Amino acid sequence: MNVAVAKTGKGRAVSDLFTSAEGRLPGSPAVTAVRREAFETYERLGLPHRRLEEWKYTDLRALVGEVLPLAASPDAATLKRAADAVKVHAIDGARKLVLVDGVFAADLSDVKALVAEAGFKTLRETLDKDAGLLKTASIDAMIALNAAMATDGVVLSIADGAKLSAPIQIIHIATAASASAFTRSQVAVGKGARATIVETFVAAGAKAYQVNDAVLVSVGDDSDVAHIRLMDDAPDAVNVTSQFVTIGANVKFNFFNMTTGAAVSRLQGFIALAGEGSELSANGVNLLKKTEHGDTTLVVDHAVPNCVSREIFRAVVDDRGHSVFQGRIIVRPDAQKTDGKMMTRALLLSDEAEADNKPELEIFADDVSCGHGATAGALDDSLLFYLKARGLPEKQAQALLIQAFVGEAIEQIADDGLREHVIGVAERWLERRQ
Amino acid sequence: MHHLNKLDTKMALLEVKDLKVRVEEREILHGLTLTVNEGEIHAIMGPNGSGKSTLSHVIAGKPGYEVTDGQILFKGEDLLEMEPNERAAKGVFLAFQYPVEIPGVATMNFLRTALNAQRKARGEDEYSTPDFLKKVREVSKSLNIPQDMLKRGVNVGFSGGEKKRNEVLQMALFEPSLCILDEMDSGLDIDALRIAADGVNALRSPKRSMVVITHYQRLLNYIVPDVVHVMSKGRVVKSGGKELALELEASGYAQFEDAA
Repeated sequence: MNVAVAKTGKGRAVSDLFTSAEGRLPGSPAVTAVRREAFETYERLGLPHRRLEEWKYTDLRALVGEVLPLAASPDAATLKRAADAVKVHAIDGARKLVLVDGVFAADLSDVKALVAEAGFKTLRETLDKDAGLLKTASIDAMIALNAAMATDGVVLSIADGAKLSAPIQIIHIATAASASAFTRSQVAVGKGARATIVETFVAAGAKAYQVNDAVLVSVGDDSDVAHIRLMDDAPDAVNVTSQFVTIGANVKFNFFNMTTGAAVSRLQGFIALAGEGSELSANGVNLLKKTEHGDTTLVVDHAVPNCVSREIFRAVVDDRGHSVFQGRIIVRPDAQKTDGKMMTRALLLSDEAEADNKPELEIFADDVSCGHGATAGALDDSLLFYLKARGLPEKQAQALLIQAFVGEAIEQIADDGLREHVIGVAERWLERRQ
Repeated sequence: MHHLNKLDTKMALLEVKDLKVRVEEREILHGLTLTVNEGEIHAIMGPNGSGKSTLSHVIAGKPGYEVTDGQILFKGEDLLEMEPNERAAKGVFLAFQYPVEIPGVATMNFLRTALNAQRKARGEDEYSTPDFLKKVREVSKSLNIPQDMLKRGVNVGFSGGEKKRNEVLQMALFEPSLCILDEMDSGLDIDALRIAADGVNALRSPKRSMVVITHYQRLLNYIVPDVVHVMSKGRVVKSGGKELALELEASGYAQFEDAA
């Protein structure tokens, strides 16, 4: 196949990008071969577009057009900027792992405190030996591109029975303008362990940057894991993150994502319940304004019997923002007694705001309890008037009602401190509206 | 003597002058005039559809009403030019006939946000959390409001009586100079009515005026007015002392419907 013929001019730019970046991409010759193969997959598929059902509402060809060149490795000045951003966005008491423009920054991270409780390597280090982490079963173009271009990431292993005393916070900081960062990380949790992972995406002076991140999570039997993500990017950023989670038996997995920025963002989560008796709570919030486009796509795959999944998603869309929620629940033929529920609600703050909800149930077992619901609407005028009649200015009254609206999803975060942190991020978004 | 005269002359707090209001092309108030002086309690009585609630909504600034003529002055200022929140900060308080439920907004958070928004608008210092808690505790104790009620969402799962008591609590907390009680007795049994009325009576003050809107005379046994107005078909058709309420109770509204 002659890929060049099928490509647009913009497609050529990506190809040039790979060629020029290749020298900076870590890995043995075997790894380079895997990267090249992944890049060929990407070239064949091109940027996802609306004719692909999975990307129907998020046409990256139209919204993004091209992938920007790889960001330069951070220098002293950018690390200084990143250090300031870490101060603002770090969660009190968390062990920080900081990636700056896609490169692990040891000096900004708490590696010493972390390795006392968990195994840690960078992606760069693991790629010296093998390319395993670059391989995923998916044939999604953005994931293939991530495998081809990933410069770094964190590789965490939490031993059987380990109970982490503090959350681990992975902070992705963009400092470069008009450049891309590609990261790939792994979190492997053993059996009977307890851990909280937070991922934060922010900018430190960066403009019009792109992020392509992939995270591979595995959770062993009888573990209790919380995974909280905050996509708090600059307003002109692009962030596409892919998340693969495999959950063992009798696990409690608490997943939450909140998007509060980026011109174009997509979180695509693929969560497989692979052991019986597990409970998944997967929740999310999109807070969008201006012309921001935020897509949360969750695929929950019940592969075995007797698991429970609960999904609560809330979108708040102002101005000409566009929120997308695609929630698919798959119940495999063996997955009897599955209990899967999904509820998504959108709050539209302007006449031009748009929210698309696409719930999909694919049920192949006959003894299950599954359901979904979706609503979209404006703020209730009678509630707004009540609050204004009590002295709250319009925007403040709206803010209170918006907080209540997203609260139902945020409340699903079990940890008090993290919940407060997330509420704080949502409040900052609301303040920016006022 | 000049000094005494000055004491006798009461300040007009609320002046409604020849007010005409439409809702969706239909005129509801046809030139209503009403003056409430400082410290007075006025009752507005009238049959359903006479425009009582419309008047209360227009004073508070509820959207959906078109004022086509007339004016409303509050402490001499044009109330119709102000947003509902500005009116609240100036001292206008509407106790709703049907207080709304706001799930997900904790009552305490709501009360603090509202009180501080009003203080901020008046250029006063906002309450600190401890000061605010102290104040709420004092006020809720005097109104027999259990602390548990304050932890719930605003009015969520409250009984009719609890909702009205929550309105009185806010009245006590915000210390408005004008309270409009819109059909406070609706949906309340006699015990709940007495508790709510006791709360209102405790707030009577020479610096505070009240407009009590009601269909029935019953409420006025508990909140005794200085002046009673009868509304019919969008106008005040008769005003008098508290005995007018009793007269109405005996003879009904029919006579006034003809008069209007």
